[in-house]
Amino acid sequence: MTSFDAIVIGGGHNGLTAAATLAKSGRKVLVLEAASEIGGAARTEEFAPGFRAAPAHLLNRLHPEVVKTLELERHGLALGPIAPSVALSRDDKPLTLHGAYGESLSGASASEAAAWQELRAQLLRYAGILKPLLARRPPELGNMSLMETSAFAMTGLSLRRLGKEDMRDFLRMLLMNVSDVADEHLDDDRLKGLLAFDATLGSHLGPRSPTSLLGLYYRLAGEFGRQPGAQALPAGGMGAVVAAILRAAKAAGVSIRADAPVARILAEKGRAAGVALDSGEEIRARTVVSAINPHSTFLDLVGTREIDTGFVRRIKNIRMKGDAAKLHLALDRPPEFSGVDAAGHRGRLVIAPSSDHVERAFNPAKYGEFSPEPVMEITLPSLSDPTLAPDGACVLSAVVQYAPYALKEGWEAGKPKFLAAIMARLELYAPGIGRLVRHAELLTPADLEARYRMPGGHWHHGELQADQMMMSRPAFGAAGYDTPVEGLFLCGAGSHPGGGVSGVPGLNAARRIIEMRG
Amino acid sequence: MPKTAVKPVTEQAIVQPLHSPAQLHFRTLRLDTPFQPRIDAAMKTNDWYDWGGYRAPASLWDEELEYFAIRSQAALFDISPMTKYRIEGPDAESFLNRLTLRDVTKLKTGRVHYTAWCDDEGFVLDDGTLFRLAPNRFRLCCQERHLPWLLDSAIGFDVTVTEETEVVAALALQGPTSFAILREAGFEGVERLKVFDLAEFAHEDGSVTISRTGFTGDLGYELFVETRLALSLWDRLWQAGELRGIRAIGYTALNRARLEAGLIVANADFVTAEHAIRADRVRMPDEIGLGFMVDLEKGHFNGRRAIAEARAKGRLRHVLVGLEIEGNIPAEHAIVYHRKKKEVGLVSAAIWSPMAKRNIALASLERPYGDSITDDLWVEIYAMRELKYERLMKRAKVVQRPFIKLDRRTASPPAEF
Ligand SMILES: Cc1cc2nc3c(=O)[nH]c(=O)nc-3n(C[C@H](O)[C@H](O)[C@H](O)COP(=O)(O)OP(=O)(O)OC[C@H]3O[C@@H](n4cnc5c(N)ncnc54)[C@H](O)[C@@H]3O)c2cc1C
Repeated sequence: MTSFDAIVIGGGHNGLTAAATLAKSGRKVLVLEAASEIGGAARTEEFAPGFRAAPAHLLNRLHPEVVKTLELERHGLALGPIAPSVALSRDDKPLTLHGAYGESLSGASASEAAAWQELRAQLLRYAGILKPLLARRPPELGNMSLMETSAFAMTGLSLRRLGKEDMRDFLRMLLMNVSDVADEHLDDDRLKGLLAFDATLGSHLGPRSPTSLLGLYYRLAGEFGRQPGAQALPAGGMGAVVAAILRAAKAAGVSIRADAPVARILAEKGRAAGVALDSGEEIRARTVVSAINPHSTFLDLVGTREIDTGFVRRIKNIRMKGDAAKLHLALDRPPEFSGVDAAGHRGRLVIAPSSDHVERAFNPAKYGEFSPEPVMEITLPSLSDPTLAPDGACVLSAVVQYAPYALKEGWEAGKPKFLAAIMARLELYAPGIGRLVRHAELLTPADLEARYRMPGGHWHHGELQADQMMMSRPAFGAAGYDTPVEGLFLCGAGSHPGGGVSGVPGLNAARRIIEMRG
Repeated sequence: MPKTAVKPVTEQAIVQPLHSPAQLHFRTLRLDTPFQPRIDAAMKTNDWYDWGGYRAPASLWDEELEYFAIRSQAALFDISPMTKYRIEGPDAESFLNRLTLRDVTKLKTGRVHYTAWCDDEGFVLDDGTLFRLAPNRFRLCCQERHLPWLLDSAIGFDVTVTEETEVVAALALQGPTSFAILREAGFEGVERLKVFDLAEFAHEDGSVTISRTGFTGDLGYELFVETRLALSLWDRLWQAGELRGIRAIGYTALNRARLEAGLIVANADFVTAEHAIRADRVRMPDEIGLGFMVDLEKGHFNGRRAIAEARAKGRLRHVLVGLEIEGNIPAEHAIVYHRKKKEVGLVSAAIWSPMAKRNIALASLERPYGDSITDDLWVEIYAMRELKYERLMKRAKVVQRPFIKLDRRTASPPAEF
């Protein structure tokens, strides 16, 4: 039997990224994935005969260092064109953001377009300051290495470079809510609604919740094709991105086993020694890397008897109840969204008519109810990649908010009602779409939890809010990828910087392991 | 009914009673213990103090004579205010093994051990005694309250943690005639109890748990009983002890005895981690003389990683030592110096020991003083003499604890005096 230096638990894109990076350093690496297919929430699956989709559908933060380190382009990563965002409207024509997050606008007044350019530049500038912090290992307070100190200092420097007024505004705005920021600059409800939506996507916040602007910064700290804020529908669906990472991993010599759910992380005297599978099989290795949720990692797999009470408290307190549902529609033919041109249909269509609307959609989620008029982000991936649907047919993929994980009435009763509410919204913006539906798959956070083993069905494997970021992500004591259990590392979206298909947690964790000679 | 019970995390529901009896706490700022009628009757000095929210006697009639009751007769001391937890369930042993420093798998049913527990950083939260009442049932006794910590420590264990401070009354019966009194009182088989043994004995229609334990370094026992049987137990002992010199005592006398025995008191001789406000006041076990408890071989326990690291990196800054000080003036809270000049620590408790006939003290020193450097230590005593301080610089010697060792404490079978 081969022996491994490192075992990676979870074959999501972060697990694969970590595995590939470790293998490139000369380590023998084994990835264990519970599902029959790798890719996690980025895996493309058939949801109706001939129709395929993945929960994650837009590429907007795959990190260039990941692309470079794993040589993803050589392994077949085909980056499509930058996709526009279209803010749909019922009373108005849609407003379109072209290029990288609205380099130009169409459908807006000249004065609004000018105001937007100013705000966009400012937002990108400020997101750019946070960008290095959201790329590297978070600094350890009181115990910073030279590298970390200098990274921190660099942030300070780039702050200084901003100039006095800009620096003041950066600090003033840092913990503001997106709605107030948008109101300071803009008039157009469509544009403000879009910003409100993007800032709160994947988190339990409304646009008026304090700190909601951070979500937009997080989004804008991502880039595509070296262009900050840009997005694309990957050719071949998100699954193709995973496939490229998988090829890189395999080329580096990573062994991969699907259908291999890990039941326990073996710990001996405070040190990780390997894993035990559901089947009872035990595999030992010097280093265990968990690419799954931090809560599951510590409370289920390691178990509380191997870790300290204070740490258990912190892990238990991580908030991770998702609010995002995923809708997959198998349509007879492409739908027509009113007023949207062909290019728009290949982009991202957003139903978030105003910031107030997003806020109102959030309100019921606070009390365990879904939004009767949900907001959503829609793509039609099969328009860009016809292999995702049968000839002439179309896949609609939509992330819909707000669908609270712990729905008071329970999702069994709630799901058909929520689907009806979503379809009613869609019908308003794409009249006749209901008649095209051959099959509808709605994945509530509870479904996402079960299918992808994402506790709470949470996008980021843990709320991405100020108190759960940086050195507090996922919790103090495990924020630097190494954990209180010697030889056990975290590398999933629950770790810094957070979720989305970026590969950053995976890459950072692997680098940390290499640095620690794990 | 248990006040609080722990379930695995997945089954935990949030239950909030509308009115908890605790909400009326302000009506009685100091509670009575189940023995209060007897103690009130014996109280002559009206010298009370607050022990964990209870009205407890500092002395009852004469602190000097109360002390001698411990050493030459039998002293009855109400320990009901001591914090007590009942820990029960299939995982009780592994729960406690993860919670505390010592190896609980080595603690047999019917035995008691002295132990301590730490937070994640390896700082001591408290010390206390752990009683193994049955294979899956324990009682943990200590100074401070720890329910939230214990409940959170129970996550992932099949165990119930119940606060039982208020529902279990307890007495310490300490002194040379204590065994004779128990026998006289009809607790048959009590002679078989060796030091740190415990057993159940019939009392009225219930039972009493008697352990051969105590806080005096003397022959002695501790008795635990449900509160409704408290007074009848007191009376039973009192009657049996009439001809054996049984006396009720207060804390001042006990405190002297415990100091002679070299025992430490949480938040008197060290500051517990949850009480410390200043970052440098917390202590690791090795820094307060409890390093012997730390069992790095038994598997994981709270603070293990931090303690092992502090040991490996030589990060233990303090040491708790016993001092013998020249002269006869107690050096309570005196500053300790090296070569009369450099301040190196503080005395936390000190008395003139009638048994040892020595001036003794417990002190916390900053390493290497008290550790590798033990010569030329001095304490500065300020003795108030008719509104004037006499400042004394007295030589101090680091000595072994306990300061006294009484064969009768461990003699088996115990002697009858
Ligand atoms: C509805 C929805 C829409 C999203 N849309 C986007 C988007 O458009 N763009 C974007 O960038 N991001 C999107 N995201 C976020 C993104 O999908 C996640 O942040 C990302 O998938 C996290 O990757 P990961 O590798 O860290 O974890 P995951 O993708 O969750 O992978 C973890 C893997 O570990 C496996 N696993 C779990 N437990 C075990 C075990 N015990 N043993 C073995 N294997 C185990 C799981 O089966 C899974 O394959 C979306 C998320 C959701 C929920």
